[in-house]
Amino acid sequence: MKIILTINNVKREVEISPSEFLLDVLRRLDYMSVKKGCDTGTCGVCTVLMDGKPVLSCSVLAASADGHEITTIEGLENDPEFKAISNALLEEGADQCGFCSPGLILNVYAMKKELKNPSEEDMKKYLVGNLCRCTGYVPQMRAIKKYFEVKA
Amino acid sequence: MRLSSRKIDLAIDLQDAGLNYVKIESDELKIGGATTLGEIERNEIIKAAFNGELIKTLQAIWSVQLRNIATIGGTIFPRLGFSDLITVLLALNTDVVLYNNGRMPLEVFLEEKIRKDILVELAIKKENRKLSFQYMRNSFYDFSILNTAVSVDENKDFRIAIGARPAVASLAKKAMNYLKENDNIEEAAKIAAEEMTFGSNIKGSKEYREMIAPVLVRRGLEEVLR
Repeated sequence: MKIILTINNVKREVEISPSEFLLDVLRRLDYMSVKKGCDTGTCGVCTVLMDGKPVLSCSVLAASADGHEITTIEGLENDPEFKAISNALLEEGADQCGFCSPGLILNVYAMKKELKNPSEEDMKKYLVGNLCRCTGYVPQMRAIKKYFEVKA
Repeated sequence: MRLSSRKIDLAIDLQDAGLNYVKIESDELKIGGATTLGEIERNEIIKAAFNGELIKTLQAIWSVQLRNIATIGGTIFPRLGFSDLITVLLALNTDVVLYNNGRMPLEVFLEEKIRKDILVELAIKKENRKLSFQYMRNSFYDFSILNTAVSVDENKDFRIAIGARPAVASLAKKAMNYLKENDNIEEAAKIAAEEMTFGSNIKGSKEYREMIAPVLVRRGLEEVLR
């Protein structure tokens, strides 16, 4: 079946199988920042924005994304917020293997738009679905707090 | 679909079926079956409902990313034992409206063997209820080992639900009746735990659940009576 996806502001007609998940379609289209981790809706490394809201692409049937806008990290390349978040992570040494970084950055990006002045507790609750296999949560939280402080 | 390897021959997308709403109608809070948990938690009506307690429950469910895709119909219809939301909605006096089988109280729906139907909407009675949701988890980002929800209205009509036993939530009717004529919450919590059946799974043993059930119910009762 054919669906229309707007990926990073580019409208594309994509041939998919009805049982395919969005994650597999995006990776097939070469959006390799979208990682395949647990593939069961838990780890958050497959996070993308759908119409601006963070979703788990491993649990979204590609067919149900028909007509929606999808944003991956590749689409934020020139976004100053993306640069600010990734710089904060870099400065705090919060990237070890980097596998969880795209999903984490997209979720922080969405959190910034949704929550005005989040407390540390709010941040932790918002990011609870972004697991880090290197267990680098302490520097990650330091970086994210720093990003919000600078931007506040 | 991610919880099993079941082969699905035909799936129908309900996204554009007009079941995506939160509204107040005839003293009821109505939520369309295809509304995502994320849309519900961002809704101003929900934020204000039951002194903000309902939103706290929603925000304790799994992750932001999952709540943005999980619908309330998809959460309630499978009658999942680990569901926190079913426990809370039971304590809030909720009806389900099904396309084929019509309207019925949530507690009746949970006992029926209805398989093929569409959950059109949930209708939560907009009574002035104080609500408390309690759970025991190994970490915040986990399923509950046991959950309880307690609510009370101005006429001291209590509703007590216990879920993740690991069976799906049900009402502790004996304890609810006891509280109509008694005010010993310690005893009510004990009755609630005794009238339930508990089991073991990977999350916790039957014995552990039996021990923590009265504690969580008592905490809930204390909170709504504060």
